[in-house]
Amino acid sequence: MNRKLVVIGAGMASGRMLEHLFEAAPGQWDVTLFNAEPRGNYNRLMLSPVLSGDKTYDQIVTHDDAWYAAHGVTCRFGESVTAIDRDAQVVHGANGPVPYDALVIATGSAPFIIPVPGKDLPGVCTYRDLEDTNAMIEASRPGAKAVVIGGGLLGLEAAAGMAARGADVTVIHLMGHLMERQLDPAAGYLLQKDLEARGIRVHCQGVTKAILGTDRVEAVLLEDGTVYPADLVCMAVGIRPETRLANDAGLEVARGITVDDQMQTSDPAILALGECVEHDGQLFGLVAPLYDQARVLAATLAGQEAVFRPVQTATKLKVTGCDLFSAGDFTDAPGREDIVFRDPGRGIYKRLVLEGDRLVGAVMYGDTADGAWFFDKIRKGADITPDRDTLIFGPAFAGGAQADPLAAVAALPPEAEICGCNGVCKGQITAAITGGATTLDAVRGLTKASASCGTCTGLVEQVMALTLGDGFAANANPPMCKCTDHTHEDVRRLIKSMGLKSIPAVMQDLGWRTVGGCASCRPALNYYLIADWPAEYRDDRQSRFVNERNHANIQKDGTYSVVPRMWGGVTSAAELRAIADAADRYAVPMIKVTGGQRIDLLGVRKEDLPAIWADFNDAGMVSGHAYAKGLRTVKTCVGEQFCRFGTQDSTGLGIRLEKLLWGSWTPAKVKLGVSGCPRNCAEATCKDIGIVCVDSGFQISVAGAAGMDVRETVPLLTVPDADAVCDVVAAFVQLYRENARYLHRIYKWVDKVGLDWCRDQVADPAIRGALVARFAESQSIYQTDPWADHAARPAEWAPVADLTLRAAE
Amino acid sequence: MSMIDIAALDDIPRQGARVVRTPLGCVAVFRTADDHVFALDDRCPHKGGPLSEGIVHGAQVTCPLHGWVFDMATGSAQGADDGRVVTYAVRSENGRVLLDAAALSGRRAA
Ligand SMILES: Cc1cc2nc3c(=O)[nH]c(=O)nc-3n(C[C@H](O)[C@H](O)[C@H](O)COP(=O)(O)OP(=O)(O)OC[C@H]3O[C@@H](n4cnc5c(N)ncnc54)[C@H](O)[C@@H]3O)c2cc1C
Ligand code: SF4
Ligand code: SF4
Ligand code: FES
Repeated sequence: MNRKLVVIGAGMASGRMLEHLFEAAPGQWDVTLFNAEPRGNYNRLMLSPVLSGDKTYDQIVTHDDAWYAAHGVTCRFGESVTAIDRDAQVVHGANGPVPYDALVIATGSAPFIIPVPGKDLPGVCTYRDLEDTNAMIEASRPGAKAVVIGGGLLGLEAAAGMAARGADVTVIHLMGHLMERQLDPAAGYLLQKDLEARGIRVHCQGVTKAILGTDRVEAVLLEDGTVYPADLVCMAVGIRPETRLANDAGLEVARGITVDDQMQTSDPAILALGECVEHDGQLFGLVAPLYDQARVLAATLAGQEAVFRPVQTATKLKVTGCDLFSAGDFTDAPGREDIVFRDPGRGIYKRLVLEGDRLVGAVMYGDTADGAWFFDKIRKGADITPDRDTLIFGPAFAGGAQADPLAAVAALPPEAEICGCNGVCKGQITAAITGGATTLDAVRGLTKASASCGTCTGLVEQVMALTLGDGFAANANPPMCKCTDHTHEDVRRLIKSMGLKSIPAVMQDLGWRTVGGCASCRPALNYYLIADWPAEYRDDRQSRFVNERNHANIQKDGTYSVVPRMWGGVTSAAELRAIADAADRYAVPMIKVTGGQRIDLLGVRKEDLPAIWADFNDAGMVSGHAYAKGLRTVKTCVGEQFCRFGTQDSTGLGIRLEKLLWGSWTPAKVKLGVSGCPRNCAEATCKDIGIVCVDSGFQISVAGAAGMDVRETVPLLTVPDADAVCDVVAAFVQLYRENARYLHRIYKWVDKVGLDWCRDQVADPAIRGALVARFAESQSIYQTDPWADHAARPAEWAPVADLTLRAAE
Repeated sequence: MSMIDIAALDDIPRQGARVVRTPLGCVAVFRTADDHVFALDDRCPHKGGPLSEGIVHGAQVTCPLHGWVFDMATGSAQGADDGRVVTYAVRSENGRVLLDAAALSGRRAA
C-alpha cells in the first residue's frame, strides 16, 4: 500500500519538492496538499511583474490542475491546517482530518506588521500573495496616493509596480539608505536616485508613528511630524517564519522550525522546508537555497542519502531600469580590503570585498553585467591573486582601463553652472574654448567664468582639459584629500551645480575612491552640505570632529571644558551663582576667564556633561559654542553707557550681533569685537570681523587674526546705523559660509578671493539682501541650543556598560 | 571564550562608538556604517587619546587628538605612524552586542 504524505502549504518550496519526489519515487506516495491560499502553486517571485502589469496571474502558475491530477495529488486549497496531532499522526483542516505517514510543513513566512495605531484599517495591506497584489492593482488608479512602508526588496518592487500603474507612490524607510541589507550607502544612493527619477518619493530615516483614517486609511504620520496622504498603505517591513502550527504541536522551534541536514524536524515523521525553517541558526528569504532544500527533502522521503548545505545567495531587484546586484558578505571585517570603482557619468558603482586572496562579496549598481562572473568567484572561493589589479573591470578587461578623474565634469550637462558669481554655465565655456580661447585668461575674458571670486578656476580648467584634450595643462591644485582628485573649490561648486544633497551622493557622483571617506573629507563635506542645503540636508553628527559632536572641547586627559554663552561678555549675579554652584556640584578642577570675555569650566567628565548643561539651561544659559567652527564670541567694551569716550552703545550692538549670529556653522571659527571708540578696548581690529564705533557711525573691518598668524583687519564698509551693521555682518558671514573652503579662517579666504570682490557683494543692496535672506533661512533651522537637545538624553553620554561591577564574579 | 551581552546594537550610533568600563580600563566598541562591530582599548598609543571619540570611516578610526589612523580589525596604526591598540573579540547577534569577557576580566597575561 502507498504511504500517505501530507504537505502543508503549496508554495515555492513544496512545489519544487513534489516534482523531485515524483521523479525519485514515482507512485510510492499518496499526497494531500493543503494551501491556505485558494489556489495551487504559483511563482511568488513573479507577483511583481503581475503588479506592474507586465504579466498576468495565469502566466505565473507553476502547477495546474492537470499536473495535480496526473500525480494523484489530493488538493485542499483554500483550507488552512489548524492543528497537527503528532500522537495520532493526523492533521486537522477546516474540512476534516487527514492521517499521515510523513508530514511536510512548508508554510513559508508571514509579513511582519508594525504595531502602530491604524494598522488594521481597511486599505492597509502587506505584500505576500495574490490577494495583496490585487489589492494594490485595484488601488493604483492613476493619481491615487500609495505609501509603502519599508524600502527593502519587496517594498521597492511594490512601489515600482504601483508607480508603473500611475499611482503617486511614497516609500518610507527606517534606515539611512534603501535596501541596507543588500546595498552599501553608495549603491543605495544610486538606487534612490533612479527611483526618484521615475517619480517615486523616498523618505529615509522615516519612523512610522501611526496610520491615520476613520473608516479606511487616509494618511501616514511619521515621528518627525511629516504626514503623507494615502489611499493605500503597503507594509513591507520584513517577514517572520510561519511557525504557529509547529509551535502548537510542540516541535522544536527557534526562530524557525529547527531542521537537520536531512530537513527532518525534532519529530522523525515530520519534515519541513522553505522560509518557515531554521537550519544551523540560519533563516532563508530567497528561493535559491529553498530549491536545494526541496531536492534534499524529496531524497530523504525517497530513502536516499542527501545533505543540505546552504549556498550563498545573490540579490537582484526586479524593477526595470534599476540594475543592482549584491552577493556575499560586504561588511567591513578583520583583514578585509575593498576595491572600488565609480563612474559618475554613467551612474556606475562597483565594490568588491577581498579577504586575503579570495573575493567574499560584491555590490554593484548601474552595470551588473559581470555580477554572475563575480558571484561565481565568490562561491568557488577562487584565488584572485593573478588578476587582482584588474579584477574590478570584470572578465572583459582589455587592459589599461582607468577611472577617469574628469568623469564627473565630463558628465555635466551644458546648462550646469560652473561659475556661480557670474552665472556662467559649462556650455558657454565650451563654446568659448572651441571658439579659440585656449588659455584660462582668454576664457575668463570671453565668459567672465572664474573672473570674480576665482573658486571655480579648477572646474573651468577641467572643462578646458576635456575640450582641448592633451593640449591643455591645468595648474595643479591639491585635491581635497587622498579620497578624491577634486579640490575643495571644485567640490563646493559641484555640490551646488549637480544638486548633491548627501555625503554618499557626493562620494558617488564625484568618484570618491574610498568607501566612507576619511577624517579629513567627511567633516568638510558635512559642512558644505549644511551650508548649501540648510533645509534639505540633515547634519551628520558622526562626520564631525569630537568637539562639535560632543558640544564641548576635549582636553588632553579626555575630560571636557564647558563654556556657557555670555552675550557680549555681560553677565549677572544669578549667572555667576549658577556657574559657581555647577563648579561645586561637578567638582570642576579649574574655572578660567577666557580671552573672549566669558567663563570656562575645565575638566568636566563626559558623563556629567548632560547634567551640567541641564543646570545651565535651568539658569537661562545656552551653549557658548566654544568648540565650534561657528560663531564663538563677540567681545565688547562698555561703550557710551559708562565710558567717557564712548560714541555709541558698543555693548548693546555686540549683544545684538551675538544674538543674530550664534548657532551658525561656518568654515572655521568666527570671532567678533565691537569697540565704542577708536581707542579700541575690545581689540576689534584683530578679529575676524571688527566694528569700531565713531561719531558718524560704524566702521566695519574684516579679516583680522590673532593666532598663529597675526593680522590687522582691513576696512570693509562704514555704515550709519546699527541695523546696517547687522545686515552687512550677516551678509558677509553668509558669503564666507557659501564660498570659503572648510577650515579656512576669514583672513585666508579673503586673501584668496580678494577684499574688493567681497565688498562688491555686500555693498550691492540686491546681493546683500539675498545673502541676508539665505543666512536667515539657515538660522531658522540651525540656531538652536545643542545643550537642550542633548541634556534630554543623558544615557548616551555614559559608558554603555560597566564590567568593573562584575569583576568580583 | 565567554561572550557577554553588553548592549543593544542600536545603543551604538552607526559610524560611532560607545565605551565599556572594564577592570583593564575603558574599551571602545565601534559600529561601522554597515553594522560591523569592533572593540579596541580606548587609549591611543600616541598620547592616550580616547579613540571612541574619533571619526569612523570604513573599518578605520582616526584618533581625535592628533589624527593617527587605526585599522579597527587589527588595531595597528596606518601609514607612517607606528603603534598598535589591543583589540578584543566582539560580535553582534540578533541586535545585541557580545564582547569577550574572559579577555577583560583582569586575568589577561600582560
Ligand atoms: C512579491 C515577492 C517577490 C519576491 N521576489 C523574490 C526574488 O526576486 N528572488 C527570490 O529569491 N525570492 C523572492 N521572493 C521570496 C520568495 O518568494 C520566497 O522565498 C518563497 O516564496 C518562499 O517559499 P516557501 O515555499 O517557503 O513559502 P511560500 O511560497 O510563501 O508558500 C507557503 C504557502 O503556505 C501556505 N500556508 C501557510 N500556513 C498554512 C496553513 N496553516 N495551512 C495551509 N497552508 C498554509 C501559504 O498560504 C503559502 O501559500 C519574493 C517574495 C515575494 C512575496
Ligand atoms: S573702546 Fe573707547 S568706548 Fe570702548 S571702553 Fe575703550 S575708550 Fe571706552
Ligand atoms: S595657546 Fe596653545 S596651549 Fe594655549 S590653549 Fe591655545 S592651543 Fe592650547
Ligand atoms: S593621542 Fe591619538 S594621535 Fe595623539
